[in-house]
Amino acid sequence: MKCFYGIDLGSTTTKAVVMDHESHIIGRGITNSRSNYDAACEIAKTEAFIDARFGLLKKQSRKLEDSEAVFKKLRRAFELEEYLEQLKTLIHELRQSLDEPRFKNNLRDLSEFIGLLEPRAIQYGEQVYLKDDKPGSDFFRDNAAMVYTRVAEEFCAKKRLSFDLTSGLFDRSIIRVENQTYNIDFDDKIQSAYERLFGRKNPNPKLLDAINMSRGTKLEETLGVGTGYGRLRLPFPKKQIRSEILCHGLGANYMFPGTRTVLDIGGQDTKGIQVDGEGLVSSFQMNDRCAAGCGRYLGYIAEEMNIPLPDLGPLALDAKKNVKINSTCTVFAGAELRDRLADGQQREDILMGLHRAIIFRALSLLARSGGIRDEFTFTGGVAKNQAAVKALSELVGENYGKDIKINIAPDSIFTGAIGAALFAVREYKDKGDNP
Amino acid sequence: MTEKTAREVLKDDSMMIQKKLISGHYNNLAQAREKGKKIVYTFVPGNIIELVRSFGLLSMLPEIDSLQSAMRKKSDQYVAEAEKMGHSEDVCTYVKCHIGMIQSGIPGPDGRPLPEPDLLLLSYTGCFTFLKWFELLRQRFKCPVVLLQIPYQAEGKITKDMRDYIVKQLKDDVIPALEKLSGMKYDEERFKDAMRKSSQAEEDFVWTLNSAKQKPSPIDAYFGGVYYVGPIFTYFRGTDEAAEYYRVLREEVTQRIARKLGPITPEGPMRNEKFRIVVEGPPNWTHFREFWKMFYDEEAVVVASSYTKVGGVYESGFRHDPENPLSSTADYCLGCYTNLSLPSRVEMITNYIRDFQADGFIVHSVKSCNSFSAGQLLMLREIETRTGKSGGFIESDLVDSRYFSPSNIKNRLESYFQMLDQKKGGRS
Repeated sequence: MKCFYGIDLGSTTTKAVVMDHESHIIGRGITNSRSNYDAACEIAKTEAFIDARFGLLKKQSRKLEDSEAVFKKLRRAFELEEYLEQLKTLIHELRQSLDEPRFKNNLRDLSEFIGLLEPRAIQYGEQVYLKDDKPGSDFFRDNAAMVYTRVAEEFCAKKRLSFDLTSGLFDRSIIRVENQTYNIDFDDKIQSAYERLFGRKNPNPKLLDAINMSRGTKLEETLGVGTGYGRLRLPFPKKQIRSEILCHGLGANYMFPGTRTVLDIGGQDTKGIQVDGEGLVSSFQMNDRCAAGCGRYLGYIAEEMNIPLPDLGPLALDAKKNVKINSTCTVFAGAELRDRLADGQQREDILMGLHRAIIFRALSLLARSGGIRDEFTFTGGVAKNQAAVKALSELVGENYGKDIKINIAPDSIFTGAIGAALFAVREYKDKGDNP
Repeated sequence: MTEKTAREVLKDDSMMIQKKLISGHYNNLAQAREKGKKIVYTFVPGNIIELVRSFGLLSMLPEIDSLQSAMRKKSDQYVAEAEKMGHSEDVCTYVKCHIGMIQSGIPGPDGRPLPEPDLLLLSYTGCFTFLKWFELLRQRFKCPVVLLQIPYQAEGKITKDMRDYIVKQLKDDVIPALEKLSGMKYDEERFKDAMRKSSQAEEDFVWTLNSAKQKPSPIDAYFGGVYYVGPIFTYFRGTDEAAEYYRVLREEVTQRIARKLGPITPEGPMRNEKFRIVVEGPPNWTHFREFWKMFYDEEAVVVASSYTKVGGVYESGFRHDPENPLSSTADYCLGCYTNLSLPSRVEMITNYIRDFQADGFIVHSVKSCNSFSAGQLLMLREIETRTGKSGGFIESDLVDSRYFSPSNIKNRLESYFQMLDQKKGGRS
């Protein structure tokens, strides 16, 4: 089948979406952006096509007994295979890094550590993917860091070795791992996943049929369009590159056709976009000289307060009173938050104040773009944060009335990539050589 | 004739004249002290350069010194110099650049020092900072200031009272100050003669700007326009050389129209005119070429701009009038773009979009210019409403490179042009 894909190369994450000829989304992929943009794009795209194959597989396996559970297990087993593939690369890179002069005085200890790490990391993967069904993160880097830190802390305590040394070894090696495009062969890995789950002794022929059907379907990469901050690095000709403004406008319209105003808060920029009924952009504003109040702000605050980023929103929702934070400058906000803590303010109240501060700044940008019209769609990584959503709903209500419908899609982080994929479909159709 | 030779010929004639004019002027300035010439510092908008020259005085324009410093990549060090003296980061960067340049010995384009002022002619037109700027210079150089106060055109029209008030100031304050400085009596015939030359140059200048109504436009009326306004808004209006410059320029543009050629840019001739754009606000000078290239890469030609009106506005028919030299000077001062109200500016840009058949308009807002940037977003919305064309908004600064973020500005411009493309061509 003909497939069209959009890639949104953002400052924090790279997203890819695959669509069929009728503009239906058939696959999504996401990875963390890294110093090698080409690798980030390739990985996100590969993940999206793998997701598309799983979509086909899901359709095929619907008639199986307990199909949901079987499908989910198979997916996790596949993810474990991906994890193990990258782990193999990581172990190799860790060993390579030992050649560097700074590690030469501790060569024996570090070699022993890597030897210990490998089985523990495999065990960890098997545990989180197969037994707990809950990997810590979507990204290999985070999962590997989790198990690495655990093993390194134990090892360093026992050997009286500097933890910084092992950290340095990891940082050096993970960058090399991330900058490689890993070649995940679906056919091969799905076979391994199947065998891991069912083995030769306990076959599931119907599932195997479905797998073979999915494997046998040709997914043709017909046309792709790139967008996002690093879009000029994408391996596309200029006409296949669209600004993220247009892609977010169109993507928001795809998810919520009533959209007239879009707010996107990403890692380093905030966009206020006005669109017409077809998702065409009529006006927009972006932060210009500074990235205060963008997604990275929350990341920094989480670090300052030593709270995992995903916990920031839920904690802020426990706020009992309104603490005003004036600064959206990331550095100054850190100082302001320490001041408030010193004043005896509660952590959750301060956190809610921080969320209100960034939303307040976003509203000013929206006002500059032409205000908020019904319906209003909130997208980007920050839209996943419930405290940001709460602050937005309150402030929109106060400033534009309660009648404005606010849309937030669970996968709003893909909005830009959806828009890009739609452009790819349209461009292909406009050429007139569609089947 | 090949395109290459056509380009060389067309580019060279007028540009060579302008180059000669500029180098001659700076040579005169560098030699001013040894030749006993007196120097008047004054500002660009609505300047009265013909009158100053009629007394045999040489003039210097601080904004021009600042922008030229930026184009020569010197402004950052001058701005830093001024900040070291205690001027805040938020002060107009033209001012800081100029102050830093003075602090560095007022080096001219060829390195020879330029002269200090003997008189500060403060023709105050719309920019409040001008007052403070010359206060600083007066304090430093201990020289006299003569104030020519231009009433703000709040109602969008020039009244007799306004004109009379300026003429009175010219007679009572400015002319006596110039007489005193030069030791010469006011010679109205000499002044009238300059007015005649001004008017002649103005006809050709206006014709050149209007040539952008052609499709394709033979000129870029913003980036290229910066060069076209050079002689008329700075030191040379009212001279034979300036009149000659505009005559030659007109001929060159006539040839370009006949050959259906687009503007010449530093990247080469513009071969395709995909977008016709109107621009509000001055260019950024530290990244002038890079900024222009961002438009060139998108095949966007600027067909009209408000910046090419900051010295004076001619489209309503104004020309310097040799028969009424003082009152027409008053009208010139009153009519310059910086002295116009927001509604007048909105109307002007709205008309440009209509008359020059523009696809859209871009506001380049200047961070450190409060008097001129205030209200630009409101203007943008109003112009959008009136014309149905989308406006783009970018923000940087005049001569402080710290406020020009190339990747962000490029990102915005690309987004804007893609938005226009969508509107023009349908969905994708």
